[in-house]
Amino acid sequence: MDRWPSKWMDLPIGGVINIPGTSTWVKTGTWRSHRPVVDLDKCIKCLMCWVSCPDNSIIRLDDDYVDVDYTYCKGCGICANVCPTKAIDMIEEGGR
Amino acid sequence: MARQIRRLSEIPREELFVSGHGLCAGCGIPPMVKIALKAVDGPKVVVNATGCLEVATTLYPHTAWRVPWVHNAFENAAATASGIEAALKALRRKKNWKNYKIIVFGGDGGTFDIGLQSLSGALERGHKFIYVCYDNEAYMNTGIQRSGATPVGAATTTSPAGSVIPGKPENKKNLMDIVLAHRIPYAATINAAYPVDMWNKFAKASDYLEKGIGPIFFHYYSPCPVGWRMDSSLSIEISRLAVQTRLWLLYEVDHGKIKINVMVRKPKPIEEYLKLQGRFRHLLQPENSHIVERLKRYIENNWNRLLKLAELDSIY
Repeated sequence: MDRWPSKWMDLPIGGVINIPGTSTWVKTGTWRSHRPVVDLDKCIKCLMCWVSCPDNSIIRLDDDYVDVDYTYCKGCGICANVCPTKAIDMIEEGGR
Repeated sequence: MARQIRRLSEIPREELFVSGHGLCAGCGIPPMVKIALKAVDGPKVVVNATGCLEVATTLYPHTAWRVPWVHNAFENAAATASGIEAALKALRRKKNWKNYKIIVFGGDGGTFDIGLQSLSGALERGHKFIYVCYDNEAYMNTGIQRSGATPVGAATTTSPAGSVIPGKPENKKNLMDIVLAHRIPYAATINAAYPVDMWNKFAKASDYLEKGIGPIFFHYYSPCPVGWRMDSSLSIEISRLAVQTRLWLLYEVDHGKIKINVMVRKPKPIEEYLKLQGRFRHLLQPENSHIVERLKRYIENNWNRLLKLAELDSIY
């Protein structure tokens, strides 16, 4: 099942949520006012941004470089702050 | 056997705590939850006391958890975990069930204040579970009211800084000492700025549970940008500063033997930590310097006490 039943009769009894991880349907990326942009030339693959991101928005690629998933990123800026080489910049959304 | 790591690249990619939850931007809780769920290997059950984490991750019909999860009131998280542990023990004996590991997450309100008696009871009875207290130093979920974990001088909505009182007048409760008074086999403090250390502590706890050693307690320093009135990007930096100013002592107690994990030889001045947070801004005024002095004395006493205790073979 990839979506919640539309009729109340089909809901699970007792307020149980029987599908794991349904919060991925909520796109929290709309909260963002600043967006992180990674400069891969400066990335040293330390993965500090990946473990520190509260929204799992840093994608760890196969070679341990990182990318950003803008669907859920709330734009908190932790990744830019923890980066030891300052490879991540926070850019304002909606033009410069 | 859970794996001890030396580099962050050894942490597996698969997430058991997924995106889309409603926690604030810059919240300090998810980095710990992500590591906890990955480092404790095998099947697990999560018990969650009421608090930010519980409320924000399970906005019906959405859940950010990919593990079995049960909701609790503030006061009975440890009691529920005790019941689950006893039930699973019976099912293992009668129906050959697998060995499930139980992780409890409680906030500082649900651990320091409201849930303390159920936690104390569960620790005394020796149930085999991991209890993690994420300490954001006030009741953040209900609107920043003071708790037993709020440090001296911090402004909250129920201890506002003004001309009569300079923030909360009382010191923070030392929860680790209360927990260690139960003589539990393993307890540790953890911090998001030291993820490798945090992973290794959870992995060790996981091994202990596998061998039937418990209960295990973790005290996590959880920055809260909203309640501490600071920029959301500073969460991890403030965690590191808390350790480097000796305000947050990073240590573990393994069967009574204390090991200091981060030895801070040259502490940074506490003002560096205070000036980043709006809740402490009034302390930098000259008329409130006695509070800063008090805080410095408190930090120094705590550090010296820990050094002395660490020299002992066992504190139990």
